[in-house]
Amino acid sequence: MAALLETRSLAAFYGPTQVLYGVDLDVAEGGITALLGANGAGKTTLLRALCAMVRREGAIRFGGGRLDNLATEDVVRLGIAHVPDGRGTFVHLTVEENLRLGAYARRDKAQVAEDFERVYGYFPRLRERRWQQAGTLSGGEQQMLAIARALMLRPRLLLLDEPSFGLAPLIVRDIFAILRTINREDRVSMLVVEQNANLALDLADHAYLLETGRVVMGGTAERVRGDEAVRRSYLGY
Amino acid sequence: MAQLLHQLFSGLANGGIYASIALALVMIYQATHLVNFAQGEMAMFSTYVAWSLIDWGMPYWAAFLLTLVISFAGGVIIERVVIRPFDKAPVLASVCVFIGLLAILNSLAGFIYTYTIKPFPSPFPEKAWYGSVYISPHEGGEIVVMLVVLALVYAFFRFTPLGLAMRASAQNPVSSRLVGIRVGWMLALGWGLAAATGAVAGMMAAPIVYLEPNMMGGILLYGFAGALLGGIDNPWGAVLGGFLVGVLENLAGAYLVGADLKLTAALVIIVGVLVVRPSGLFGRPVVTRV
Amino acid sequence: MTTVSETQPPTAARLVAGLPLATWRRIGAAAAAALALALPFVASSYHTFQFTQVIVYAIALMGLNLLTGYNGQISLGHGAFYAIGAYVTAILVSKFDVPYWATVPVAGAVCLGAGFLFGLPALRLEGLYLALATFALALVTPQILKFKDFDSWTGGVQGILIDKPDAPFKLPLDGDQWLYFFCLAIAVPLFWAARNLVRGRVGRAIVAIRDHPIAAGTMGVDTAIYKSLTFGVSAFYTGVAGSLGGIVTGFVAPDSFQILLSLYLLVGIVVGGLASISGAFFGALFIEFVPTYSDQLTDLLGDRAKALPWAVFGLLLILFMYLMPTGVMGMLRRLGFWLERKSSAGS
Repeated sequence: MAALLETRSLAAFYGPTQVLYGVDLDVAEGGITALLGANGAGKTTLLRALCAMVRREGAIRFGGGRLDNLATEDVVRLGIAHVPDGRGTFVHLTVEENLRLGAYARRDKAQVAEDFERVYGYFPRLRERRWQQAGTLSGGEQQMLAIARALMLRPRLLLLDEPSFGLAPLIVRDIFAILRTINREDRVSMLVVEQNANLALDLADHAYLLETGRVVMGGTAERVRGDEAVRRSYLGY
Repeated sequence: MAQLLHQLFSGLANGGIYASIALALVMIYQATHLVNFAQGEMAMFSTYVAWSLIDWGMPYWAAFLLTLVISFAGGVIIERVVIRPFDKAPVLASVCVFIGLLAILNSLAGFIYTYTIKPFPSPFPEKAWYGSVYISPHEGGEIVVMLVVLALVYAFFRFTPLGLAMRASAQNPVSSRLVGIRVGWMLALGWGLAAATGAVAGMMAAPIVYLEPNMMGGILLYGFAGALLGGIDNPWGAVLGGFLVGVLENLAGAYLVGADLKLTAALVIIVGVLVVRPSGLFGRPVVTRV
Repeated sequence: MTTVSETQPPTAARLVAGLPLATWRRIGAAAAAALALALPFVASSYHTFQFTQVIVYAIALMGLNLLTGYNGQISLGHGAFYAIGAYVTAILVSKFDVPYWATVPVAGAVCLGAGFLFGLPALRLEGLYLALATFALALVTPQILKFKDFDSWTGGVQGILIDKPDAPFKLPLDGDQWLYFFCLAIAVPLFWAARNLVRGRVGRAIVAIRDHPIAAGTMGVDTAIYKSLTFGVSAFYTGVAGSLGGIVTGFVAPDSFQILLSLYLLVGIVVGGLASISGAFFGALFIEFVPTYSDQLTDLLGDRAKALPWAVFGLLLILFMYLMPTGVMGMLRRLGFWLERKSSAGS
């Protein structure tokens, strides 16, 4: 399968401080790639670098075109949806308004209406709460809202930053099941950052391990899961 | 009793003007967390533009609408050219820029139009069916115009995609970019809208206070008071605050402190609100993260 | 970056044209002092009057800079304290026959109290909100001064006139020259006091509060007391300036203290250099002379040019913020360092 997203020698900086060093990474078309690593390894920064939210250097190719000279708004319009850490919901707006904003960049009104239905289908709880202020939703519901909003873009690539963070295990299980469905049925490729390595490796078909800003290992989920060092440090057995 | 009603209605009429300015201030505050000290002078300059158009023979309402368009464009240009370079600068730098803008606009108006007081026409006749003992036709008409403008602005923000995008940009610029909104342009549009709203206030106020470069000083102060009273981050609170301040100002002037100290009453309101409850009646308290 | 191996012998400190930078600074200061002392004897009466006004503004700017430049509390209303100082002097002289020189400390003390009292509610206001409140104060000041019930004290819209004092002890100076030295004699110790204040412990505390109030608090700096006191001291300086200003112009009226004055003061500290006591003199030169030269354009462009000083101020304020946010003093400092580096690089 061709790579949908490719980075070569990607470096990222917060001000004068460099936090990512020479990252080479691929996300296959239709695949799910996990990004593992401890706190501070640079996983969130990597997602931010893809979306031009931090200063970066290096090459980023998406679906044949270059991303490295685009601003965030333009990256998004190419079909990359980013669910940031902390979810980034518009807390003072209603659920419905949040979803509508997800489709802001699209022109195809009829399909947008379809997508509303589809998204409410995945997350019926959001439909129940559609006129509520987003800030009043529970943590799990906000995560669903964040993913739903990203889906409203009809993205080719979904970037997820710690989707399991702060959520009860049952909710996490549901959400990950939905992610699997979305990947299969809607052919949305995904790059998932997760501290919970077990969860991530169950979902993904490929994985990379980041340590202090560098990729130290990459390969199929099987191989990464089977690696001795990874098992000890990240999987706990 | 008649006196009281008259003061009340007159207060509401003034309050409509203050509410407009308050709304303009809040629109910019919500998006940038900055107070536009030059809002009054922008409104004054727009009013002079309207005056020129009418002077050149344009009928009132045509001039009114054209002035709104010009003011909108002016607001957008000011934001992109003057304000944008300072968006990451410290507060003092921004305050200085606003003050500089205030000074330039004031003196430009003085230079082009001189400091002689000019009369400004009201679209409402001296005597009309909607006038009465309590309220002059201009005051009555002006309240209606204000309410229409405010309703249009409300509808814009509430029901249109662009309005939604602007609200989103003001609340959460980072997430807004992540849905593809060009936040920079939203900011510029916000300024344009604020400028147009201010222009309405100026054109409605001018027939009463007469057109001269310093006409908006007091009105700006009342606008601040209204915005703070209602809640500097809540547009509709600010509108309500504007009307409240208008009524309070009139009542205080008539019954408490006399006309001379009315402006001081505004100062008292401002300082009072800031000290007792900075988020105003309807605003959200701000939490500072350490 | 110099490497450790490049040790320089201690005597060959970085020099500019043969002398260390510090020596150049001293030379500059001495030259300025000499100029200042000689001025009233070589300049016309009117110019002497103007330079006296410069000294007065410099004192006001030192005050404002303490509050806004060093302590980060933005005041757009210092004109109010200037007005209070002026009126205290005018009322004491005209109604109570107090000698003009005795009114200056009184004006200062009144403003110290007023500033401290204003500083207390101001504690709850951050940056922008304080700017807003002080802006309101400045807008309202003329109205309060014109209030009819105060007329018997303030002289109403007409204001109060004071006679211009003569030189005491039969010194061979005319009125303008005497006033110049009088103001200079007050300015110098005030300058020295301010300089020492900002360079000492108190100054560091004040700046710490500006840069990171929460951290300062956790390090044991009593933020509230420092901020209120700074407000008070700042008002003291500006009040003294107002008092002197009243004596020098001989006329005190509400319309002299419009919002314009407060904004001119702000421009003065921005141009001179925020967080710089010496910068006050550059700022004062700017405030005094730019309107004068703009006025001369009135002859060319007619009455409308009345508007020009205001426009020039506005434009310069924005340009300074954009190009020279550290003001003239900042520029001079950088120039000094640049010259230092050039000389040592060459040697």
